[in-house]
Amino acid sequence: MIEVQSLNKKYGTTPVLKEINLTLPDQGVTALIGPNGAGKSTLLGVMSRLQAADAGRVMIDGLDVHQTSNAVLSKKMAILRQDNTISLRLKVYDFVAFGRFPYSQGKLTQEDMEHVDRALDYLNLNDLRHRYLDELSGGQRQRACIAMVLCQNTKYLLLDEPLNNLDMKHAVDIMKLIRRAADDLQKQVVVVLHDINFASCYADRIIAMKLGGVVYDHPPELLMTTDIMRDLYGIEMTIHSIQDRPIGFYHL
Amino acid sequence: MISTWYSWPLALGTLLLLMAGSLLVGVADFTWMAGSEHDQQILFISRLPRTLALVLTGMSLAVAGLLMQMLVRNRFVDPGTTGTLESAMLGLLLVALFAPGLSVFSKMLVAATFAMVGSFAFMGLLRTIPLRSPVMVPLVGIMFGGVIGSITLFLAYRYNLMQTLSNWTNGDFSAVLRGRYELLWLGAGLTVLGYMAANRFTLLGMGRSQAINLGLNYRAILTLGLVIVSLMSAVTIVTAGVIPFLGLIVPNVVSMLLGDNLRRSLPWVAWLGATLVLACDILGRLIRYPYEIPIGTVMGVLGSMLFIYLLLKRTQASHE
Repeated sequence: MIEVQSLNKKYGTTPVLKEINLTLPDQGVTALIGPNGAGKSTLLGVMSRLQAADAGRVMIDGLDVHQTSNAVLSKKMAILRQDNTISLRLKVYDFVAFGRFPYSQGKLTQEDMEHVDRALDYLNLNDLRHRYLDELSGGQRQRACIAMVLCQNTKYLLLDEPLNNLDMKHAVDIMKLIRRAADDLQKQVVVVLHDINFASCYADRIIAMKLGGVVYDHPPELLMTTDIMRDLYGIEMTIHSIQDRPIGFYHL
Repeated sequence: MISTWYSWPLALGTLLLLMAGSLLVGVADFTWMAGSEHDQQILFISRLPRTLALVLTGMSLAVAGLLMQMLVRNRFVDPGTTGTLESAMLGLLLVALFAPGLSVFSKMLVAATFAMVGSFAFMGLLRTIPLRSPVMVPLVGIMFGGVIGSITLFLAYRYNLMQTLSNWTNGDFSAVLRGRYELLWLGAGLTVLGYMAANRFTLLGMGRSQAINLGLNYRAILTLGLVIVSLMSAVTIVTAGVIPFLGLIVPNVVSMLLGDNLRRSLPWVAWLGATLVLACDILGRLIRYPYEIPIGTVMGVLGSMLFIYLLLKRTQASHE
């Protein structure tokens, strides 16, 4: 269980997180949505101990993330940042294998290698395993990053815009993978999404942020309404039920 | 080609051959077979120390450059473009002024401490400057080093220590004798230490977020890296002097051929550093035999050309 307790954070005098309180269960897919600058990435950054908060704390399975050692937390939670520019020339396989670092410190065991192979398989990277990261396209690199955090095999996965740079096929594949990780492997995946319809189709729960605060926290059926979307994004969206899912249309 | 089974024997063979060549080149008459007392003296007092000093310096500077590139996350830095060397020299100069009687080892420690403070200051400086291009980082470093260097230069000028200063800045191995280079073995030890922590340094090179996410004790490894780099810089300065560009070029060449997985590439960086220095030194000794061109000069000419080539190639790649 992840408990976020009255988090507050300011950049200078601008508040970026305002009194955030959340409880996330052990299992499920939670989508984090909201307009640009709502504080989604900052919230994920603080939850994953990469950033400090001014006040409040984040507990993960009873451990305060800012007080617990990295080595312990790296086996409980994995984070994929939005700005993961890897400037190193690493081969895809070696890079993904670094996801096993919390367990092996770099000396891969048989079990580690199975994890790496499975992750490469899941993300369709088998043909690219011996290529260097800097020779890949943006989408392929993104998939390699996702493969790496999957390898980490943690109960909690925090993904900041994992669909960045991905084409439609790979975006759908990633969302299916996230769903499967939650259902079959009992993981809790928190994912920042910009495509509201992906959130609607794959998440159990959608948390909407605006100006540093959590403004809505509902299952998709309750969150996907014209009024809420207008309030959140300032656009007129019609909600249609397609194959029993609420789908927003706002493109015209 | 480089990962086949015979690549390491081949590499070590080349290194040994160059070392043998380095032992044979010199003004004094010397033959392997004669075995006279005179020959042995030349071998053990002058030739062998010089050759070993070259190998150890080349290795240390190349590895120090590689680690610095991981710590700063920039391809265009080495201890010479981050203020590290300049700080070490300032430390040494202050020792020369205030405590000239210190042992070489103590001098080295003082220099290393200054190097460390300087490197930390540089990394702090980087955090406050918006960096729009990777080339900005070494530029900031060169300016920062320039400021420290000018203080050193001023002090040296005021206290008549210019001669001493130039001994540190321009690597010269002609004065290496037995008893005056042994500290360089520390560089070999530090290289091994760097190799043992190779995975951690690779992780450091991936950036703070990734390193913390994967459970690295980020601050500790960053500090370890700076300690290693500072000690290596200090050791080379107090013994033979610095060889320009080496720490910049060698890691870049190896990176292009073998990538940046340090567990794989670090030994090759050490090897290429040693090999290149040996080759340049032999060249410098042969060009206008029996006189010598200091290795710093040979390497400066070769290195600056290679550096410009790398700069153009690498910045082009990062803009694509």
